[in-house]
Amino acid sequence: MPGEEFEARVVERDDGDTIIELTGTVNRVAKESLEAAYEATEGSRVLLDFSKVDYINSTGIAVIVGVLAMARAEGRAVGAYGLSDHYREVFQITRLADFMTIYDDETAAVTAGA
Amino acid sequence: MVQLLRRRKTEEPRVEAAEATLKPSTRLIDAVPIPPGDPLETVLLSGGGPLELSSLDLESEALQTMRDQGVELVVPLIGQGELLGALYLGPRLSDQPYSTDDRRLLGSLASQVAPAMKVAQLVREQQAEAKERERIHQEMQVAALIQQTLLPRDLPSISGWGIDAFYRPARAVGGDFYDFIHLDDGRLGVVIGDVTDKGVPAALVMATSRSMLRSAAHNHTSPGAVLSEVNNALVSEIPPAMFVTCLYAIVDTHTGEVVFANAGHNLPYVRNSSGVAELRATGMPLGLMLGMTYDERTHTLDAGDVMVLTSDGITEAHNVEGEMYGFPRLMGRVGVKPKDGDVVSALVADLERFTGPDAEQEDDITLVVVKRTSSAQDSASAFDESPDPVVLGTFSLRSEEGNERAAIERVMEAVSDLGLEVSQAERLKTAVGETVMNAIEHGNENRPEMMVDVVVVATDHTVQVRVTDHGGGKAIPEVETPDIEAKLAGEQTPRGWGLFLIGQMVDDLRTESVDGTHTVELVMNRKGRG
Repeated sequence: MPGEEFEARVVERDDGDTIIELTGTVNRVAKESLEAAYEATEGSRVLLDFSKVDYINSTGIAVIVGVLAMARAEGRAVGAYGLSDHYREVFQITRLADFMTIYDDETAAVTAGA
Repeated sequence: MVQLLRRRKTEEPRVEAAEATLKPSTRLIDAVPIPPGDPLETVLLSGGGPLELSSLDLESEALQTMRDQGVELVVPLIGQGELLGALYLGPRLSDQPYSTDDRRLLGSLASQVAPAMKVAQLVREQQAEAKERERIHQEMQVAALIQQTLLPRDLPSISGWGIDAFYRPARAVGGDFYDFIHLDDGRLGVVIGDVTDKGVPAALVMATSRSMLRSAAHNHTSPGAVLSEVNNALVSEIPPAMFVTCLYAIVDTHTGEVVFANAGHNLPYVRNSSGVAELRATGMPLGLMLGMTYDERTHTLDAGDVMVLTSDGITEAHNVEGEMYGFPRLMGRVGVKPKDGDVVSALVADLERFTGPDAEQEDDITLVVVKRTSSAQDSASAFDESPDPVVLGTFSLRSEEGNERAAIERVMEAVSDLGLEVSQAERLKTAVGETVMNAIEHGNENRPEMMVDVVVVATDHTVQVRVTDHGGGKAIPEVETPDIEAKLAGEQTPRGWGLFLIGQMVDDLRTESVDGTHTVELVMNRKGRG
């Protein structure tokens, strides 16, 4: 089913920031490609772009926790932007927001890192 | 001279004798059909024009018959590569052989006759088709006329009751009918039925059934006895392959008591203060077998209660994706109290939303709604707008991965009229998705054939979603707050967010385990438009 698809794409910005662009549904199916995308990034900070994500469930939260754990072990910072109000609330309730910085949009995320 | 006309290969050859003034010495040659595949057909179609039989050496029965009749020359009539017919000529009167000039003349005659014959054939076929269409159209009109003349022209008007009906025939008129029969002592007989088959035969059986029911209704006080009598009378009256489904209810308009019996028809739904109920009574359709008996059930309608009778034209209607409207959706919609109280319009509107605006109606659609507006003690205007829970939707899903998304969509559809705030709708979506996913994975352990049942209920202040699995396995655990620090440090699995998340999304989370089923009830207090 088309709504079940997930894609993670690594985008290197000219200013040095690395963004993982997530598309589709974040659930357990996303684990492999999101972790592979994370492994392909370098630098002290990685940004997750959620603006093309339409659905996140608890298994998707577990996948994001997995990525946060990897980043933590390496001492890298994680930022996120493009979340709907609802998923921003979900990230707060689950305390994911305590371990990653949530920005309103790409501009805010990039400016904060500069 | 005889002219053989051949129409399409699948049809019988048609033979017409051409008018001719014959000299006394001439003899009429009988038509000789050329069967498709006969070698003679191939030779005639080869385009060589008039053919002298003496020049042919073929294994052909038709050829032999022609020779026996004294045919000397065959002139094929060919139109668009098809052998339309042929002219058979015997010996010349002068006994001279046919000359080249003769053959040329006959060939040119044939080439002019053939197209004209083709046109004549096409015109004749079109006329026959138009006639057939006209016949079907007239038959449909007759069927519709019979049906519509026999349906009640007026709805019963009874103090304390609101009675409404809806009937819309399909293009090829099915056999739906309904009727109201005024009985003694303030009792009202309500009939809804459906004759198998369509068109005039169905309309005639419907007319017969209706008068039998009317007569039997006055002979018995019990609906089961009425159906038994009609069944026995119908068996000998209708063709063996036809039967009639029918539900007959007697409503006591003083007490609200409804006694009904059912001959294989859709079951009635009743909406009352505690939700929607399906009233069950079983029995064989009418007209199949002699000596059938019919279960009777009794149900009392209180003020504000509504009973809905339907035909399968509603429940078996399909949408563009090929899904059926179905009983769960109907039951859910009966549970929604329309703001203006017009149950018929609300149900028809929902059906149209489902099938789409341009869908051609597959079968007759019939609805009868019996509403008790007030009991004898109440004043007629005291219709109670109580905060009763109403069922907005019920549905079941197989335990397959991803079906929680379908559940979310169905629940959102069911609550679409409640006007939930966006943030509440989003929370409800997440809670429903997680709950159904748990029911699929933990309750039913991903066994696809096990169903997850979902019921959506609203009161004036809350919306409640009940999710039931049938796995019978482990009890639903207590809600715990996940330890994210331990998860990030790799000391715990990163999973285990579902139940916690559900608890955070809704105002109340109740669980219940009974007889191998687990039910999780999500309760959300409604904000926004009340």
